[in-house]
Amino acid sequence: MSTILTLPDQSTATLPKVSYLSKEYGLKSWLLTGDHKRIAMLYLISITFFFFIGGAMAGLIRLELLTPPSDLLAADTYNKVFTAHGIIMVFLFLVPSVPATIGNFVIPIMVGAKDLAFPKINLLSWYLYVAAGCMVIAALVSGGVDTGWTFTTPLSTHYLNTHVITAGLAVFIAGFSSIFTGLNFIVTIHRMRAPGMTWFRLPLFVWSHYAASILMVLGTPVLAITLVLVVLERTIGIGVFDPTKGGDPLLFQHLFWFYSHPAVYIMILPGMGVISEVISTFSRKRVFGYTAVAFSSVAIAVFGFFVWAHHMFIMGISNYSALVFSLLTMLVAVPSAIKIFNWSATLYKGSITFETPMLYAFGFIGLFTIGGLTGVFLGSMGMDIHLTETYFIVAHFHFVMVGGMLMAYLSGVHFWWPKMTGRMYPEGISKLAAVITFVGFILTFFPQFLLGYLGMPRRYAAYPPEFQVLNVFSSAGASVLGVGYLLPLLYLTWSLKYGKIAGPNPWQATGLEWQIQSPPLTENFVETPIVTHEAYDYEWLESKKDHEVPTVG
Amino acid sequence: MDSHTIAAQTAEAGHIEHEHPPFLRHHFATVEQQRETATFGMWLFLLTEIMFFGGLFCAYLIYRNWYYPAFVDGSHSLHIWAGTLNTTILIVSSFTMAMGVHASETRMRKALVGWCIATIILGCGFLCVKAYEWHDEWVEHHVPGLNFSPEGFMRVNPAYPADAPLQRDMAEKTQVYFSLYFAMTGMHALHMIIGVSLLALLTIRAWGGAYTSGHVAPVENFGLYWHFVDIVWIFLFPLLYLISRHQ
Amino acid sequence: MAEPKHHDEPTHHEEHIVSPTVYLLIGAALLVLTATTTAVSYVELGNFNAVVALAIACIKMTLVVLFFMHVKYSSKLTKLTVAAGFLTFCVLITMTMTDYISRAWGRW
Repeated sequence: MSTILTLPDQSTATLPKVSYLSKEYGLKSWLLTGDHKRIAMLYLISITFFFFIGGAMAGLIRLELLTPPSDLLAADTYNKVFTAHGIIMVFLFLVPSVPATIGNFVIPIMVGAKDLAFPKINLLSWYLYVAAGCMVIAALVSGGVDTGWTFTTPLSTHYLNTHVITAGLAVFIAGFSSIFTGLNFIVTIHRMRAPGMTWFRLPLFVWSHYAASILMVLGTPVLAITLVLVVLERTIGIGVFDPTKGGDPLLFQHLFWFYSHPAVYIMILPGMGVISEVISTFSRKRVFGYTAVAFSSVAIAVFGFFVWAHHMFIMGISNYSALVFSLLTMLVAVPSAIKIFNWSATLYKGSITFETPMLYAFGFIGLFTIGGLTGVFLGSMGMDIHLTETYFIVAHFHFVMVGGMLMAYLSGVHFWWPKMTGRMYPEGISKLAAVITFVGFILTFFPQFLLGYLGMPRRYAAYPPEFQVLNVFSSAGASVLGVGYLLPLLYLTWSLKYGKIAGPNPWQATGLEWQIQSPPLTENFVETPIVTHEAYDYEWLESKKDHEVPTVG
Repeated sequence: MDSHTIAAQTAEAGHIEHEHPPFLRHHFATVEQQRETATFGMWLFLLTEIMFFGGLFCAYLIYRNWYYPAFVDGSHSLHIWAGTLNTTILIVSSFTMAMGVHASETRMRKALVGWCIATIILGCGFLCVKAYEWHDEWVEHHVPGLNFSPEGFMRVNPAYPADAPLQRDMAEKTQVYFSLYFAMTGMHALHMIIGVSLLALLTIRAWGGAYTSGHVAPVENFGLYWHFVDIVWIFLFPLLYLISRHQ
Repeated sequence: MAEPKHHDEPTHHEEHIVSPTVYLLIGAALLVLTATTTAVSYVELGNFNAVVALAIACIKMTLVVLFFMHVKYSSKLTKLTVAAGFLTFCVLITMTMTDYISRAWGRW
């Protein structure tokens, strides 16, 4: 199988003497760093940690659902487990995954800057993330929360004695971590681009992060105030969501979903940015319709603010309002579809090779398309009334989030791993892991579409026996999926010491980050680059190869 | 790619201010870029604040429409002199803060410190009036959840004799009004406290001359924050205090 | 090959120092408007009381934003940013209202 991987001669190659990793040693130099690359690594470690905790919760869920009665976990415990799974996976993994690890690392380099606009706020963002994570663990360890990650009122405000306040405050803090990351990105992209780096020469990865950052900055505060109100209602009893005191529980949902719907775009847009880079690099072709992809990212962000009540069709909103939101939901699918078309067109007549990042990208395109289409089904009120709160919804969002976003994250981690660490991951086992993940994913989540359509409700520990066969398939798939996710943890750690030396540009990719050493210097560039070429300009890359300069673009 | 051009450009930009003023962070090329970046960052933060308070305004809008008579009576029980006084205090404090920014821009150290102290005093004055009002609400059993009693609203209000006393079910809805009153003024007061504290720190550093040698951004951006908190109050005042005062 | 261009040229708007006279005038205008809004609230205008009060508040906000916060003298980016914030706030209000207006409008 052909590959574009070009490594330096391993018998003589070494890591660069000076890099952001070797500049300073010691815990203090890491915990008080302003270097965006080090902060990205800190995030990588903490995000991985929380991912596996959330994954363990998922394991418990699938174990319980092997049999119809709730025999492994009591119903209340089961509620706590899926709530933990949801909160951790949404707020501590999916939202920060690509932006805080890959985005933090590459965006300043991609725009040609020495660092993000506000390095100290970047570090604060990480500390807030860790604090939020610790609070979630505290809530878990001291007895758990069983409201579901959606904290629906009046259940969360009046009917439960669990640690809703701790969990709510944890999410509040995680929200500010997210806001600060987004704020940093927007300012950096606007104000810190190198000479010649115009908006339309930016990699599409940057555009998608720009769009996601707008959502982070504008949407997350509404979640924050909503959680504050829930905490006030639980502590003092102010009654703003309490029907007996004249409040409206539905108001909570409006405010909650006003953030949480854009949140799904916060989660997926950075992943889409990764896919743009990966597809282009491994087809040796510029992304088809650059402008369309760039503008569709922003369009997703803008439209994403107008559709939140499609999560509330059965909750008691008026039919007229539901109609409006349903119509707008159909609209928001269009920009996402545009991206899929453009990526497919990029592949057409490209010189495609199948390295691991590309395998994950293919997985993304297939699975995200399925997940996205089922989202359109759910956006139509008539279908949603039957399918909502069933496993159809669970399958839908796992297809887009796990089949889509998580695959994009893994694709990105593998793609930029040589840049971040200077070493290559082992290609053979990584391809195997990608395939295992894909197979495991389909086995886990496709049966759930069927289950949902047949009527199995979500968030139930027990179910009627006729659903068992499909549930067993799903749980079997989950164990395969677990292997698929564990493997990268093992071989990526292994590669830190034993991986092949990567050199500055193992993928022969365009983009400023591939024109500097791996791992990069702390200040990224020796001299400020002056950009004269368009994005994904493979001809420019060819001409550069004649006079290879290792550090300057 | 021409390193000589880059070096020349950086030097050109540098000579507008001194070559590398101590407050210029290393990842910025010029002081101008650093200042604009900081201001843009502060504006984005203010956007988050707009949305943060926005949720409360949304709740207010809905419940005022649902429980208008309760909101009228609730509003009548607030002291309009306190609200008007507080609004005046904040507007004057916005003026003093703007003057402080001006002093920083024109490099007048003592003037800057003076205007900042004036702003702090006015801010504290606002908080004192607010504390008095809150204490009053506590005494009158208007604190939701803690000691709320609708009894007062089921009797005639001597200040507004034309107001019909509320029936029990609507009187109980005044608790929603006060929930929003405390949530909104409380959140606003929290921002005031944070603002006054930050301003105290800024004033100490201003006394040492930190903001009167070209490094205007911190004062300027704090000013933006302060004005924003003023704007929130500009809306809170009519919405909470001035509901149907014509009786 | 294109000439290397600088990133967005600093528009030097920050060099514009607003004079204390402007601040004084705006401050006075704000105080007058405060007195006005308080006075008008004592006049019976039915539903228009709320409209007038909010309108006056919006005018005050505009004055503070344009002059005290220097937006009048700021770059296009700043103006766009401020607009984006208010627009998003309006989206929150109006889209939520589509539900409440069509389901639960009017006195309880």
